[in-house]
Amino acid sequence: MAAGTVPVSGREGWGGDRFGPSGGTGSAAIARRRRLADRALWSACGLALALVVAPVVWVLVEVVEKAVPGWRWSVLWTRSTGAGGGLSNAIVGTFAIMLGVGVLAGVVGLGAGIYLSEIARPNWRSAVLRGASEVLSGVPSIVLGYVGYEALVVGLHWGFSLLAGLIVLSVLVVPYVAKSTELALGQVPLAYREGGEALGMARTRVLRTVVLRSAVPGIATGIIIALAISVGETAPLIYTAFWSNGYPTGALLHQPVGYLTYATWSFYDDPSTAVRALAFDASLLIIVVVLALIGISRLVVRRAQRYSPERAQGAGHRRGQVGVD
Amino acid sequence: MERGGLVAGTTGRRSRGRLLGERALAAATATSAVVPLGALAATVAILVFEALPAIRFNGWHFLVGSAWRPGDYYGQPVRTGGVLHPAGASYGAFPLIIGTLESSAIAIVVAFPLAVGAAVLVVEKLPARLAGAVGFCLEVLAGIPSVVFGLWGVLAFGPWLARDVYPILAHLPNVPPFDIFRGNVGHGLGLLSGGLVLACMIVPIIAATSRDLLRQVPEATKEGAVALGMTQAEVFRTVQVRWVRTGVLGAVILGLGRALGETIAIALVSGSVLQSATNIYGGMTTIAATIVSLLDSAEGDPTGLAVRTLAEAALVLALLTLLVNVGARLLVRRAARGAALPIGAGF
Repeated sequence: MAAGTVPVSGREGWGGDRFGPSGGTGSAAIARRRRLADRALWSACGLALALVVAPVVWVLVEVVEKAVPGWRWSVLWTRSTGAGGGLSNAIVGTFAIMLGVGVLAGVVGLGAGIYLSEIARPNWRSAVLRGASEVLSGVPSIVLGYVGYEALVVGLHWGFSLLAGLIVLSVLVVPYVAKSTELALGQVPLAYREGGEALGMARTRVLRTVVLRSAVPGIATGIIIALAISVGETAPLIYTAFWSNGYPTGALLHQPVGYLTYATWSFYDDPSTAVRALAFDASLLIIVVVLALIGISRLVVRRAQRYSPERAQGAGHRRGQVGVD
Repeated sequence: MERGGLVAGTTGRRSRGRLLGERALAAATATSAVVPLGALAATVAILVFEALPAIRFNGWHFLVGSAWRPGDYYGQPVRTGGVLHPAGASYGAFPLIIGTLESSAIAIVVAFPLAVGAAVLVVEKLPARLAGAVGFCLEVLAGIPSVVFGLWGVLAFGPWLARDVYPILAHLPNVPPFDIFRGNVGHGLGLLSGGLVLACMIVPIIAATSRDLLRQVPEATKEGAVALGMTQAEVFRTVQVRWVRTGVLGAVILGLGRALGETIAIALVSGSVLQSATNIYGGMTTIAATIVSLLDSAEGDPTGLAVRTLAEAALVLALLTLLVNVGARLLVRRAARGAALPIGAGF
């Protein structure tokens, strides 16, 4: 498969029988048609790739073009007012939400992943739990937001609050953390566990010191995805955390919280130029945070590949095969 | 337990401690593992409970009717069939449901060939460095929040389409399938623009899965096909397509689920009109966009029917996505059983 296109000349003898209407057309014409079909496929693929990459560039350029010329650094440390100001309240709110989701969804997702990978027997019960998690990850975020609003904000009288937003977002991302934890744990070689147990460690200690430690990159990637989602989501937060021009007070209940996506969502068509500018600034900040998270997850994966147990084990396995098999 | 005793050997107390530790860990993690199931059950239960009065009041009309009339919030409420509602209230969600299905269909039709084509090129032709760059682009595309896509759609993409692209589409020959592009091209916010923005959002899901699956097609099988004298296009059709199609189908349906439930981007780009699109460029709305746009004003209904009707809409959306997800799993499982070739892992 090294060559770009397979040379088709010199096969006319059987090519005509195999691929074309026998006789008539002539084998050279058939070879040309096949070559053209090949070219057409690759041209179409090239076009497709261009069309896939173009929106990424365009979205980024658009946000930068709209936000950077009017950029004021004071946006970072000035609070929103109704008529402009900055975004510091939304920045603090976004990080508070990230932190809360990281802790809440991190703990629950990690626990769920550990249970499904290490503790549960593979029976119908674990299949149901796993299936429920997958189905939950397919439920639209606005549906979860609506339920959070009805149940927590209205039903439990929490009001627009940090905790309501955190719970809805955590429900949204727990399946991702659980799935990546389960996958990461599943990839830890059995020999590691056996080695730990052979040393006389308790199962819990093997899990803590050996298995979890080698699965850290996979688990970390899952949590980073969860954080990226919680930075970028709007629909589940509009009716749970709502919006506030003030900083989060630390109160979990009865205090609405501002966050960056809300600024973009509700400020972009404001009559005031100063407020509209905040919508673009917020978009830029969200994108910077998301890019940073993608960068971190890439670093984690690269580090993990360098010290990967699979790589070391794979090499040993191949060496072993030569000798033993 | 047997192992604990065997390994610890000497002290019974220590093995009891171990057992306790194991039990505590099992209990704690099991509790976590039940959370998604509990959240799912609670979501469905709350939706059904909230929606019940609306289901009773709206009846089947909700799925087929086209008028969305909240009625007179300030007048004397009326009781019909045991449900208190504002005078003149009548809800039909047909335009919402159709809008959801149409925009998602456009997204799939556009995103599927682009994503698969790009994936094939990345796997077969691009050097590793470039392939890595494309992979990074896909990751960024998947990471761009929907509100940013919406902003881009409203301010840049939509207006560009209306100015430079739609007029050309509208002048295509008036024969099927091109006749769907006839009509007033509007101002760039509507069904087609919404579908195209959705397409951008689901492309990374399909492209990344297709790429990973295509990489798993064994070289030897492809080489065998080349040795038979096939061109790469023919190898693609006869080997790779068959090898990956089940997994790619799974990714497409996953993307469909995402498109059906997408809220913020479509609320910004759809033109937010509570009706079906008059032509492919026309303003429309989806179930999700309607919920987010109308929940605020629905709180003004003193009888609560408007909010409960939104719960019914959310229930319809949840069931729709549930159907798609479960259907996808069954389809992929069946296809995997019946397939002649090994199926790529992942789905």
